[in-house]
Amino acid sequence: MRASLRYRLFIHLAALATSVVILAPFAWLLYSSFVGQTDLVSRPMRWLPEHVTLDRYREIFAGGGTSAGAAFRGAMVNSFLVAGGTVVISLTVGVLGGYALARLRFPLRRVTLLSFLVTYMLPPIALIIPLYLLMSRFGLLDTRTGLIIVYCSLATPFALWNMSTFFGSLPVELEEAARVDGCSRLGALVRVMLPLSKPGILATALYAFLLCWDEFLYSLIFTSTSQAKTVPVAIAEFTGRNAVDFGLIAAGGVLAALPPVALAVMFQRYLITGLASGAVKG
Amino acid sequence: MTAAPPARPATAPPARPRTPPARRWPFARRAGGGQVRLALLLLLPAALVVFGVVLYPAGRALVISFYDVDSPFPGRYPFVGLRNYTQVLADHRLWTAAGHTAYFTAVSTALELVLGLGLAQLLAAPLRLRWFFRAIVILPWALPTIVNGAMWRWILNAQYGVANALLTELHLQDGYRSWLGNDPFLALNMVVVADVWKNASLVAFFLLAGLQTIPRELNEAARVDGAGPIRSFCRVTLPLLVPHIALVLVLRTIEAFKVFDIVYVMTGGGPAGGTQTITFFTYLEAFSAQRFSAGASLAYLTVIAILVLALIYLRLLRQSELRSP
Repeated sequence: MRASLRYRLFIHLAALATSVVILAPFAWLLYSSFVGQTDLVSRPMRWLPEHVTLDRYREIFAGGGTSAGAAFRGAMVNSFLVAGGTVVISLTVGVLGGYALARLRFPLRRVTLLSFLVTYMLPPIALIIPLYLLMSRFGLLDTRTGLIIVYCSLATPFALWNMSTFFGSLPVELEEAARVDGCSRLGALVRVMLPLSKPGILATALYAFLLCWDEFLYSLIFTSTSQAKTVPVAIAEFTGRNAVDFGLIAAGGVLAALPPVALAVMFQRYLITGLASGAVKG
Repeated sequence: MTAAPPARPATAPPARPRTPPARRWPFARRAGGGQVRLALLLLLPAALVVFGVVLYPAGRALVISFYDVDSPFPGRYPFVGLRNYTQVLADHRLWTAAGHTAYFTAVSTALELVLGLGLAQLLAAPLRLRWFFRAIVILPWALPTIVNGAMWRWILNAQYGVANALLTELHLQDGYRSWLGNDPFLALNMVVVADVWKNASLVAFFLLAGLQTIPRELNEAARVDGAGPIRSFCRVTLPLLVPHIALVLVLRTIEAFKVFDIVYVMTGGGPAGGTQTITFFTYLEAFSAQRFSAGASLAYLTVIAILVLALIYLRLLRQSELRSP
C-alpha cells in the first residue's frame, strides 16, 4: 500500500517544523558560545555577529588554577568517573537480578520486582537528610565513591526491570538447548543470553549514564569541592557566579551536553528495541 | 508494572503466553529448591545496592519527622508526635507550593503525552532520512536538565534574550518583557515550556517503542475496511498503546511531581515564590531554614501523594485492560 502524495508531503513538513523547534534553542546555545559579548548584549539584536571568538572554550580548556575553566574540567572528569562506575555496577547487578526475575521460579517474584520499583517513588529529598548524616559518618561526603553508591541505588531498579523484561522476551528454547548441551545456568546466561541482549544492555547503560550525568540534587548537597562536584553543579554555579557572562555559560552548556548527546545519537537505534516498553519486538 | 503485555497474539506454534502463572518454566521439575537459592543469590547484589542505600534513610527520615530536629548533628531532640505534620499542613506556603506542583505536573505531563504521541507517529512514519530525524528528536532528551534550564533562562532573558528580540522584531509583542522575573504565573508556564520541550522526546521514544509492537497488518486491515487514518489511529493504534501510555504517564507524573533542578536553575523558586514546587519548598525548609523535621514530614507527605497517584493510575490501567480483550 503506497501512501498518498498529500500524506507524504504532510509528514515531511511536520518533521521539518519539529526539527526547527528542536534545533533552534540548540543553535542559539551554540551561537552564544562563539559570539562576542558585545554582540550578545546588543539591542536591538544583531543577527549577524561582529565578533566571533573561541575565548570561552580556550578558558575552559586551558584556564589554570582557580579559574572557572579548571573547575569545569574537574567536574567533567568527576561526572565521567561517577557515571562510568554507576553504569558498570548497576548493569552487572541488574543483569544478574534481571535474569533471576525473568527465568527462575521463586516465591514473591512479582513483589520483589515491585519493591525495587517502589523506591523510585521516594523523592530524593526524603532520603537526603539521613543520607547526609550517614555519609559524613563514613567519610563519604564530597567523594566520587559516595556519589557512585547513591547513584547506583537510583539506576539499579530501572536496570533490573529493563533487563528482566528484555530477557523475558528472548526464547527460552535457546537457553534450554545450551543447557542440554551441558551449560550451567550462569554459563547459558553469559554465552547465550548476553550476546542476544545487546540492545537491552546498551539501552540500560545509556539510561544509567544519562541519569548520572543529569542528577543534580544529591550532587548539590553531597559535594562541596572540585574533588567530587559533577557537571550539573558546576553549570549551576556558573549561572550563579558569572551571571553576566552568558557566553561562558553557553560554552559550558555546550560542552556539558556533548557526551550525553553524542552517546544518545550513537546508540539511538538500540534505544527503540532495547527499552522494556518495546521489548516485544514487532 | 512488570513486562508490557503483548500487543499481538502469539503466532508461532509453541504459544508462550507472557503472563507469569501460565509460563512454561524450563527444568521446573528437576530444579525447585535450587532455583530459589540461585534466585536469592542473583538478586542479592541488586538488593544490597538499592536497599542498602534506601532503607535506613527512609526509616530514619520517618523517625525524624516525629521529632523536632533542628540541627544536622546527633543529639537529643524532643519527640513531638504528629505535630510537624499538623504544622506543615496548616502552613499556607505548602498549599501554594502544592498548587504549583499540581499545575506543573498536570500541564507538563498532558502536553508531553499529546506531543509525544504525535511525535511517535512521526518517528514511525515512512520519512526520507528517518534515522536523521530520529537523531534530532533524541537530542533534547540527552540534554542535561540543568543545561536545559540555563539555556531557556538565557533565551528568555529580560534584557538580551533571543525570545524577546525575535518576538519584538516580528511585532508579536510591543517590547522586551521579563518572562521569568515579574509575573509568577508566566514564569511557571515558561518552566513548563522548558520541561515539555525536553521531555516530549523521551515520551515519544517510549511510545515509539510501543508502536513497534503493533503489527502493521492491523492498521492496514482497518484501512481496507474503509477506516480513515484518524479512525484507524483511534480504534486500532490507541487502544493497543494504552499500556505503554499508562507506563509513561506514571513515570512522567512521578518525575514531574519531584521536580527540583529545572526550577532551581531557571527561576530559583521566584518571582515571589511563584514557581516554588513541593520539593523546592522542602529543600528550603530543610536546608536553608534547617528545619529538618518539617522537611522530613513534607517529604513523607509527598511520598503519600505520589503513592496515591500511582495507585489511581494502575487502577485505571487495569480497568482499561479489562475492557479491551
